[in-house]
Amino acid sequence: MGLRTPMYDMHLALGAKMVDFNGWDMPLHFGSQVDEHHHVRNECGVFDISHMSIFDIQGEQAQAFLQYVLSNDVALLAAIGHAQHSTLLNEQGGVIDDLMVFRMATGYRIICNAVTRERVHAWLAQHATAFACSVTWRNDLSIFSIQGPLARERLAAILSSTRTALVQKLEHHQGAADGEWFISCTGYTGEDGIEITLPASQAIDFINELVGAGISPIGIGARDTLRLEAGFNLYGFDMNEQISPLVAGMNNVISWEPSSRNFIGRRALQAQLDAGLNEKLVGLVLEERGVLRAGQPVRIDNNTSGVITSGSFSPTLGKAIALARVPMGTGERAEVEIRHKWFPVRVVKPRFVRNGKILI
Amino acid sequence: MSTIEAGLRYAETHEWARLESDGTVSVGITDHAQEALGDVVYIELPALNSTLTAAQPVGVVESVKAASDIHAPLSGTVIAVNEGLTEAPEGVNTHPYQSWFYRIQPSNPDELQQLLDADGYKAIC
Repeated sequence: MGLRTPMYDMHLALGAKMVDFNGWDMPLHFGSQVDEHHHVRNECGVFDISHMSIFDIQGEQAQAFLQYVLSNDVALLAAIGHAQHSTLLNEQGGVIDDLMVFRMATGYRIICNAVTRERVHAWLAQHATAFACSVTWRNDLSIFSIQGPLARERLAAILSSTRTALVQKLEHHQGAADGEWFISCTGYTGEDGIEITLPASQAIDFINELVGAGISPIGIGARDTLRLEAGFNLYGFDMNEQISPLVAGMNNVISWEPSSRNFIGRRALQAQLDAGLNEKLVGLVLEERGVLRAGQPVRIDNNTSGVITSGSFSPTLGKAIALARVPMGTGERAEVEIRHKWFPVRVVKPRFVRNGKILI
Repeated sequence: MSTIEAGLRYAETHEWARLESDGTVSVGITDHAQEALGDVVYIELPALNSTLTAAQPVGVVESVKAASDIHAPLSGTVIAVNEGLTEAPEGVNTHPYQSWFYRIQPSNPDELQQLLDADGYKAIC
């Protein structure tokens, strides 16, 4: 038996096919992963993402601590509730985790991936000892992510007027507290959406209300195809401790200014830039029938030189797509090996669908 | 619960085989198999006129989640392939026992009797 969120029994009651996801028993789908995918693109649905880890960082040196361990600069968070995507890097510039960091009324909140929870906790605890700050793992909270063009409208039907007002005014990468709840807008599907972080003891009642309001539960299967279409990296596949964020298309999570901020991994990333990067992350589209998968080799000009880091069937495009790490000079065409046969693929920007629209 | 049709024969690798009135055998994958795979998005069928050996991998079915080999439940020659299914593979999910993959002329019809019957297959699902 794996770890379980408070919604485990509820998922089963809703017909979930459960799978192991990094040690957690999570719903893969509730009948059809493809239907759930379309449902989020066209209407909205709710993901239980309570398997993700929340760490609260508090104390007078919380900011200085995070400016040391994170690649993005938390000083850029202009107001309480604001959020930024960031990474924890090791000394070699590899990605220990990618995460969201929020500025809270007191201190900061980090939401990180399930797979990295122990590593992140140990890393934060180890480095926090040099700063006047505390790291608290918030296992008492649950998180629901309501994603899709109708997310705000459907939420308005069940929330109090003050919470509805918050839900309606939040912009991308903003959040706000309301009582014991924290409401935010970050997302991982390429659609509009809202996350609600609340005490785990309220989770069952709340998901009942969500489902009652016509917000269908969505499994982690559709979560993966939605994020892949949106071109969002998945930790452990598109980046890891051996892969630099600079070759994983993550330049936007690194703040080089101020130059005096000496965050962990900075020196290694600078050395990589000085030496010149020789790889990049691209999108691939298979025009023929078939499915692209992580690990399949990519070749350019008959040299095997790249690899698919994430691949699947895109329900929105009706064809297979992938993220791949390839040589810097890769042009518009490449080939992918599927079961010992080479198939031509189109090389595109790693962003296939956003806000319901096909971008390639 | 997945459905198991009474009149069919089954391989342990989750293919069904239906003896047609002309002595040929239609082959597909079971309801249990499609349920385990999830949404099917791609099917690779054996070539027309190719010779198949029982229990050997002869094609691939891919869902959004994963790729899985399909095995020949019995030996013979492929006399028809269901091109319509490769165009609309989701039929495997909605109608697994109508969604035949290919038909073979069995070279050793006795192999059909060596496959599981519905009760035998039910026992391994």
